[in-house]
Amino acid sequence: MCVGWDGSFRRRKGSVESANFFTYVLDNLDFILEETLAHARIVLIVVALATVFSVLLGVAIHRRPILRAVVLAASGIMLTIPSLALFALFIPLLGIGNPPAMLALFLYAILPILRNTVTGLDSVSPAVIESAKGMGMSSLQQLLRVRIPLAWPVIVAGVRISTLLTVGIAAIAVLVGGDGLGSFIQSGLTRNGLPNASNSVWVGVVFTVLLGLVLDAVLATVQRFTSPRGLRV
Amino acid sequence: MSSQPKIHLDQVGKVYPGTSAPAVENLDLEVHEGEILVLVGPSGCGKSTTLRLINRMIEPTSGRILLDGEDVTRANPDQLRRRIGYVIQQIGLFPHHTIAQNIATVPKMLGWNKGETTQRVDELLATVGLDPEVYRSRYPKELSGGQAQRVGVARALGADPDIMLMDEPFGAIDPITRDRLQNEFLRLQEQLHKTIVFVTHDIDEAIKMGDRIAILGERSKIMQVDTPERILAYPVDDFVDDFIGTGSTIKGLNFLTVDSLNLTSYPSMTVSESTETGLARLREAGGEWLVLLDDQQRPLRWLKQSELSPSTGDLTERGDELGDQLQSDDTLFHALELMVQSASGCSVVVDEAGRFQGCVEMPAMSAAIRRAQREAQLHYEELEARS
Repeated sequence: MCVGWDGSFRRRKGSVESANFFTYVLDNLDFILEETLAHARIVLIVVALATVFSVLLGVAIHRRPILRAVVLAASGIMLTIPSLALFALFIPLLGIGNPPAMLALFLYAILPILRNTVTGLDSVSPAVIESAKGMGMSSLQQLLRVRIPLAWPVIVAGVRISTLLTVGIAAIAVLVGGDGLGSFIQSGLTRNGLPNASNSVWVGVVFTVLLGLVLDAVLATVQRFTSPRGLRV
Repeated sequence: MSSQPKIHLDQVGKVYPGTSAPAVENLDLEVHEGEILVLVGPSGCGKSTTLRLINRMIEPTSGRILLDGEDVTRANPDQLRRRIGYVIQQIGLFPHHTIAQNIATVPKMLGWNKGETTQRVDELLATVGLDPEVYRSRYPKELSGGQAQRVGVARALGADPDIMLMDEPFGAIDPITRDRLQNEFLRLQEQLHKTIVFVTHDIDEAIKMGDRIAILGERSKIMQVDTPERILAYPVDDFVDDFIGTGSTIKGLNFLTVDSLNLTSYPSMTVSESTETGLARLREAGGEWLVLLDDQQRPLRWLKQSELSPSTGDLTERGDELGDQLQSDDTLFHALELMVQSASGCSVVVDEAGRFQGCVEMPAMSAAIRRAQREAQLHYEELEARS
């Protein structure tokens, strides 16, 4: 955990002047990269778990109209709970640190992937499923060889949305003792008016955005290369 | 029929949960090895349901399904379906698989080895008239509707099933391509001898494709099942009569050939004979028209009495054009068509060498039709007497 790094660093340098943003970034590069990686790690773990969970859940509820309506509504409501509150709600259960943050992020990440899974499965032509079944594919074969591959591009689109969403919200994790770029923002805000306070906030914002862009670009590549060729336009 | 039916639906019924009226009720149907049986009926009569009962895409709620005498009503449905080719109107090719992968779907599930499968795919593509080199690695979206349906048929033939179920396979294809696919499919069937159940709502397609036709009424009740010619000649009741519609007699002419007729002798003369001879023959026959032949007895033109004046000019310039000529294996439908076009109201029949044989006239034609109708009626009376 890196709370308090900023103070010790500045004292060592013996400087109280506000550096310009780039100098500040260069001077603090090690820490920035460390927090960026911590941020990325949280996001990737959360999104990976949410993907597995949401795809399975999506498959399970897809053909059950009542359950499907209930689950989609519930995961939608989840997204409307203010993030600050949701993060704090889990502290009694999971203590302080990354776990409550990751659980909250996981809940946020579900909706886009779940909804896209259901939409993707909906978009598979009934004729394709009819012919798959008519040729003697078992339900599992239909799912793994036909329905999921055909829904896949839409599912990955959902994963990309969830990733961007999670990258942004993960900045709040610092408030419940989690890692990540949010620590720069928090540290800057609490020292408002002091040297480098705004630089610190800007580092948090800029690197969060950069991380989002990089992860999205990576997933766009994944989407391209994992989507079946026959579906590409 | 003494031999065992390939497919036998024995008192099959289907009641959907939550409904009291059955969708299909006590259906008995036998399909013989190597035949195309067409299920035809008005929309909503349950013909697709009936078809889908055979491969248990719809599970029957009563009765038995027997394939080669084996009761498959309780067999594993996936295993069952791998033995039965299935073609649907919307085709349902897998858009994420290449044409080759699509065709290899069932062989792959059955665990064929790679070489065997590849060879089979190429063979099937060639069979349905698509060059394997060109189409093997294409994707379905790169195909036209007609090509896609060819691939659909090839895929259904993938593991060489004995039985094919086809649900309006050519229904969504433009009329010209449809006609071509129908002809190709019939040619294919001559080599393959599959047992085929074919669903359509189009009576003309049924007549064209079917070795036998089952006309279905509400709840898949079989109103009549027989060869197309017998159904056309003798619809058993008003329902069938209405369904096959007007012109059924004329459609029936497709199943009668010229050699089933007694050709009327018809006055004729060759170009080297005198017009007096011609006139004498015409008077003798009491007719109005005479066929002018060349020296090899090949018909040239129609001549009228008034055109046989001895006076002037070339005989071959007079009279009316003859048009196409019939041979003994042509259908009476074709004969009727030529008759309507012909100046004399009858159509000319020639032998293989093109030599004049005689003419088809209306009374002979209607006699042939009445004979066919009488035969069909007799057949049904016999059936009734036996039961």
